[in-house]
Amino acid sequence: MRLETRKLLDKAFSGLGIIAIGVMAMALLLILTPIVVRGSKAFVFKGTIEFRRMMLEQFDRGDPDKFNQEAASTAAARAPVYLMMEEFEAEMKAMKSSERREYKAAFKEVEKSIETLLGPIPGERKPVLLRQQYGQTRWERTLVKLHEALYSEEWDYSNADAMGLLVEKPRVEQFIGTKLEPMFPYLEEHISDMMLPKTTFYWRFITDKSKDSHIFGGIWPEVLGTLYLTLGAMIFAIPMGVIAAIYLCEYAKEGRVVSFLRICISTLAGVPSIVFGLFGLAFFLNTIHVSNSKSVLAGSLTLSLLILPTIIRSSEEAILAVPRAYKEAALGLGAGRWHTVMSVILPASLPGILTGIVISMGRAAGETAPIIFTAAVSVGAPLKIWETLSQPTPALPWNIYNLCTEHEAVDEIRHVQYGMVFTLVAIVLLLNLFAILMRARISKKLRG
Amino acid sequence: MTEEITMKKIDTFAEHGDDGATNETHIEAKDFSLFYGDFEAVRKVSMEIPKQKVTAMIGPSGCGKSTLLRSINRMNDLIPSTSATGEMIFDGHNIYNKNIDVVTLRARVGMVFQKPNVFPKSIFDNVAYGPRLQGTKNKQELSEIVEQSLRNAAIWDEVKDRLTANALGMSGGQQQRLCIARALAIKPEILLMDEPTSALDPKATAKIEDLIGELRNNYTIIIVTHNMQQAARVSDLTAFMYEGVLVEFGKTKQLFTNPDNPQTENYITGRFG
Repeated sequence: MRLETRKLLDKAFSGLGIIAIGVMAMALLLILTPIVVRGSKAFVFKGTIEFRRMMLEQFDRGDPDKFNQEAASTAAARAPVYLMMEEFEAEMKAMKSSERREYKAAFKEVEKSIETLLGPIPGERKPVLLRQQYGQTRWERTLVKLHEALYSEEWDYSNADAMGLLVEKPRVEQFIGTKLEPMFPYLEEHISDMMLPKTTFYWRFITDKSKDSHIFGGIWPEVLGTLYLTLGAMIFAIPMGVIAAIYLCEYAKEGRVVSFLRICISTLAGVPSIVFGLFGLAFFLNTIHVSNSKSVLAGSLTLSLLILPTIIRSSEEAILAVPRAYKEAALGLGAGRWHTVMSVILPASLPGILTGIVISMGRAAGETAPIIFTAAVSVGAPLKIWETLSQPTPALPWNIYNLCTEHEAVDEIRHVQYGMVFTLVAIVLLLNLFAILMRARISKKLRG
Repeated sequence: MTEEITMKKIDTFAEHGDDGATNETHIEAKDFSLFYGDFEAVRKVSMEIPKQKVTAMIGPSGCGKSTLLRSINRMNDLIPSTSATGEMIFDGHNIYNKNIDVVTLRARVGMVFQKPNVFPKSIFDNVAYGPRLQGTKNKQELSEIVEQSLRNAAIWDEVKDRLTANALGMSGGQQQRLCIARALAIKPEILLMDEPTSALDPKATAKIEDLIGELRNNYTIIIVTHNMQQAARVSDLTAFMYEGVLVEFGKTKQLFTNPDNPQTENYITGRFG
């Protein structure tokens, strides 16, 4: 081949390589950026007076004196709204019943949207549901709810040939000429006085329990559940996997049985995770009854089965990569097989084994399907360590799915969903980082 | 089921004579053959290796000299599908008897490999590996053994200040001498050396050869080498092997100056190999 052709080929190949890596980096950026940006909004956001009220009452956090001051100023700002509503009600009472009927439904809607926005109307009975006891705690949700209070949505079916059209109509139009008319512009103008938005740093999002199924509070039970499940899976899978790998590499006689075992392990690695989930339910819970209900124990066992093949294969690779010279040296000095494994082969293959462990740890932390039937519930308290033997737990991957699909107020808790995703990604990254550092340290020690 | 034969030595270092002039046989091969699967790598070799002498094995690549050497401490067991016939007698036992405890055998027959194969541990831990295996836990005792072994391997002065440094940081020649020190630390009676200088430069080679000269008084040394000058320099006896067969075995001086066998002559004069 001519020199120019070879050079061209080399250049083309390195160009392709750079493109491939660039595409990968872009994809990573595209995935991670929204997770980080939106996820961080669970921690840093503009919180309203309602948020501080909720924190003070539910979590006993915050400065009561300062809060009372703020509460007084917002109450003053809100007073005209309530006053106008009251006056309008009096006005309505004085109306003829036919006229009153016209306004009644519309006013009911206004009343409701004001309650959602600002919280229960002073003087009324305290609602039962926690979410109804407070107004909007976050400024961005406040603006959405303000819009809903100012505009009503109606379907326009005037064109019979087309589909119905959603149109927004200012509510104020329904109340022209009444005492309620000035309330709408007042609301729009003074909303920030009524809510006092302030940049809030809520790091305890991670360590707080959730209140009223994630409407308020944090995600501690999920975080803890994920940690339990991951560590539990590791406790079962690491010893089993590493021992199996040592056996396959150092003790088992190469032959049909070992080849067959290897095929089995590879096959196991390819089984869909939902199948593991169903197996966990059928075997751990229904057959050998490790616990009476779903439990962290059953989930950990199921997850450990899922990651076992990865750990075995990567440990095997690592052990086989240990120079034969080390083994010969140890055996030549009169070390037995067991001793050779423990004193020479395992230490030398530790970095490789750790890599496998890290990969499978990330997998175990993020798997959803295996824990649906064996461990996960959508709402629960943080578990004590001994309760993991018998109790189910919420866990990040399952609750992300659950909150995004099955929660009754999916739209209201976007920040929680993204916060959970962010936390899960962060946990996995941190675990990886930790393991990478550990691996680097060990390799450095081995290299001298 | 017969009882397991342990090769544990009764007496330790003191056993080695100081004059080094015995004519006792230390290892004896009787019609010994070793197979890799169907391939007979060593063919019915019979030889008596005397105690506290340096025996060199020479021959072209693939002649079975390394295989024969590795048969003496059963290192070939690592390779699947090897089998042996005939006898290799050490301390009154055929070491290929299936009841032999290989671990105790290897503690008496130390080995130094072609490439320095230090463990990725500290210099101290490398040398202490064998003694620790044999149950020496006392720190004081260990340090003494380590120092003595390093001195015997003529490397003490170079490493005494950095015993805790990783052994992989040393030069190739130093690593090989550390390997020798490590082998000496288990106080073997026989030291097998499988082309110990083939990966080293001439200067390091010279050091190792000097070392062999010093060690010959206390150990039975069997060395495989490609370098005929080396065999002539360091050994008392030389064995020439060709295609698995022991062609000639005798005093080094005689083998190199007046070989009995024309094949040997052809090889040492460089006509083939």
